[in-house]
Amino acid sequence: MGWNWSFAADVFPILLQGLVVTLQLTVLGSLAAFSLGLVLALLLRGPRPVAVVVRGFIEFVRSTPLLVQVFFLFYVLPDIGILIPAYWTGVIALGLHYATYTADVYRAGIDAVPRGQWEAATALSLPRSRVWTGVVLPQAIPRVLPALGNYVISMFKETPLLIAIGILDIVGQAREEGGRFFSYDEPYTIAGLLFLALSYPASLLVRRLERRVGTV
Amino acid sequence: MENIGTFVQVLLRGVPETVIATLGGIALTIVLSFIAGLALLSPSRPVRVISRIYVEGLRGTSEVVQLFWIFFALPLLVGFQIVPIWAGILVLGLNHGAYGAEIVRGAVQSVPRAQYEGALALSLTPAQRMRRVILPQAVVEMLPPFNTLFIQLLKGSALLSFVSINELTYLADQVLRPNFGPDLPLVYFVLLVFYLLLALVITAVMRMLESAAAARLGRTPSARSRTSAKTTAGVA
Amino acid sequence: MIIFDGVEKRFGENVVLSGLDFTVAPGEHVTLIGPSGSGKTTILRLLMCLESVNAGTITVGGRCLTHMEKNGRQVPADEKHSREVRKRIGMVFQQFNLFPNMTVRGNLIEAPTRVLGLSKDEANARAKELLDLVGLGEKIDEHPSRLSGGQQQRVAIARALAMRPDVLLLDEVTSALDPELVAGVLKLLHDIGESTDITILCVTHEMGFARDFSHRVMMFDGGQVIEDAPPSKLFSEPDHPRTKEFLKAVLDRG
Repeated sequence: MGWNWSFAADVFPILLQGLVVTLQLTVLGSLAAFSLGLVLALLLRGPRPVAVVVRGFIEFVRSTPLLVQVFFLFYVLPDIGILIPAYWTGVIALGLHYATYTADVYRAGIDAVPRGQWEAATALSLPRSRVWTGVVLPQAIPRVLPALGNYVISMFKETPLLIAIGILDIVGQAREEGGRFFSYDEPYTIAGLLFLALSYPASLLVRRLERRVGTV
Repeated sequence: MENIGTFVQVLLRGVPETVIATLGGIALTIVLSFIAGLALLSPSRPVRVISRIYVEGLRGTSEVVQLFWIFFALPLLVGFQIVPIWAGILVLGLNHGAYGAEIVRGAVQSVPRAQYEGALALSLTPAQRMRRVILPQAVVEMLPPFNTLFIQLLKGSALLSFVSINELTYLADQVLRPNFGPDLPLVYFVLLVFYLLLALVITAVMRMLESAAAARLGRTPSARSRTSAKTTAGVA
Repeated sequence: MIIFDGVEKRFGENVVLSGLDFTVAPGEHVTLIGPSGSGKTTILRLLMCLESVNAGTITVGGRCLTHMEKNGRQVPADEKHSREVRKRIGMVFQQFNLFPNMTVRGNLIEAPTRVLGLSKDEANARAKELLDLVGLGEKIDEHPSRLSGGQQQRVAIARALAMRPDVLLLDEVTSALDPELVAGVLKLLHDIGESTDITILCVTHEMGFARDFSHRVMMFDGGQVIEDAPPSKLFSEPDHPRTKEFLKAVLDRG
């Protein structure tokens, strides 16, 4: 069959459209993961029963495939009355899955804040909420930005599995176009290169950030 | 609820393929991790560059894309098909080998320089240095992140359902989904539990290896390296 | 001002303080000396509610720190109650513990605005006044990381004073400083002691400072007060053999 340049050129804009969807999913999923992860991290510091349950949940989600979790949510949400488009199920699945990773990242960042900071805040009688928002989190979060950045990049590369629930991201489009003309090498190769074109520079940026901020 | 028995029976038929893909993938990953990881540390610049291209290229692209490429694009370019399960193992191994290379590189570099110098002073050849002094110490550091990586690989085997390989997720999708419509959440929950159990087996084996490797060095495996492995391994 | 009554503190198997009774009058400057592990820092930490007592009570300014009234009974105090009583106590730490994510100004106005409810203007005015007092007025908009150790500690002192505490706790505040910076901080503390009537409880190894600054010196060993006397007496004619031993070892080091 071989490589057909004119087909490659035709398919490129369509793939770019798909890429936009991929990026949207990544951004939304990341926002979900960052917020849910912080909630989980705080719960891990709570009363023992809560912490144990949360830790169990985290290990369960991290040890099982995201693809299966996507299917699970896709079928379970309508059953409990949440009727949302597949797109949003995908976002929730990504957010929940990666929240279990960001939770540990936050935890490490919070643990790295020196005890003396907690004590000084207590000595000044600052209210609990202010200790978190004014002293601890502002010191914990910048330190963990590189790790969070790496997870964003990972998520970007995992979003294609959402084609399983019918989402037309870049890989979905590649599959469609390839199937239409029975010529898969151009779409998939271009898709792969587009991924590389975005994730490699991104990972370099994260590495640079790591050097400046220091790792957790 | 009563159907759970059926689900388990059907899914059990998928376990062999999943296990084969996973073990094959792990084996290939180990080989590639060491080759590429040590290559990254080679004094020869071309070797380092080639290895770096492999590592960044495979880490920078999506596993799904790699899978589809090997299955659908490669045959069109070179004219032959690889047997599906081998193609699956190839993708899993290539992809995770790239991440593993960084683990190996990091672990070898974390061995204190003093060890390297001690070996040098004893006039050991580079190969002996690596084999007898550096690697045994590096391996202990590698095991926790490899544990995480192998579990990622296991999770990656679920992607093989996209290309009709008869592993766990494919069976759930093809056999159970059409027949047990209303029970689907439960089906997929049971499927998750299957993967969890397999992941626990991997962790148990790796923990044993960790103890054995650490014992050879006369120390207990550090809890700290396990925690840091959780936050950083298997990622970009 | 401060009353410790039958206080006991254990860390696991390790009994750090047992049956501890002592009082401090308002405006008194008391220095706690003794070997490491004798419990001196624990006393400060208990006052600051960084630890809680296993037995006994602590009363500050007439209000019980460790226990509260609930349904007519005495029960261990909750966070809210302790915070109320604790507001009148300030602490300066060995490691300064300034907040790196805020400027000096931020550090100084944080608690007065959030806890005491001062307006931004009032808090800023107070901050300026205190920084001038410690000699760092022009550093008000700097980040703590750009200050020397001695400067950071002086800011930390100003931060504690910004809360207008009745009691000030000083936990080895010069131990982490380069020797040449120590004198500056000690002089500042001396001036503060003279010009205000804050009750001051100080843990230190600086014997010269202890002698000049305190009204009373308490020698601790094994979780007990083994000697309690004005510095003129304790340093020249200690009663207890352990005190003699300790002073000899410390003063010999120079």
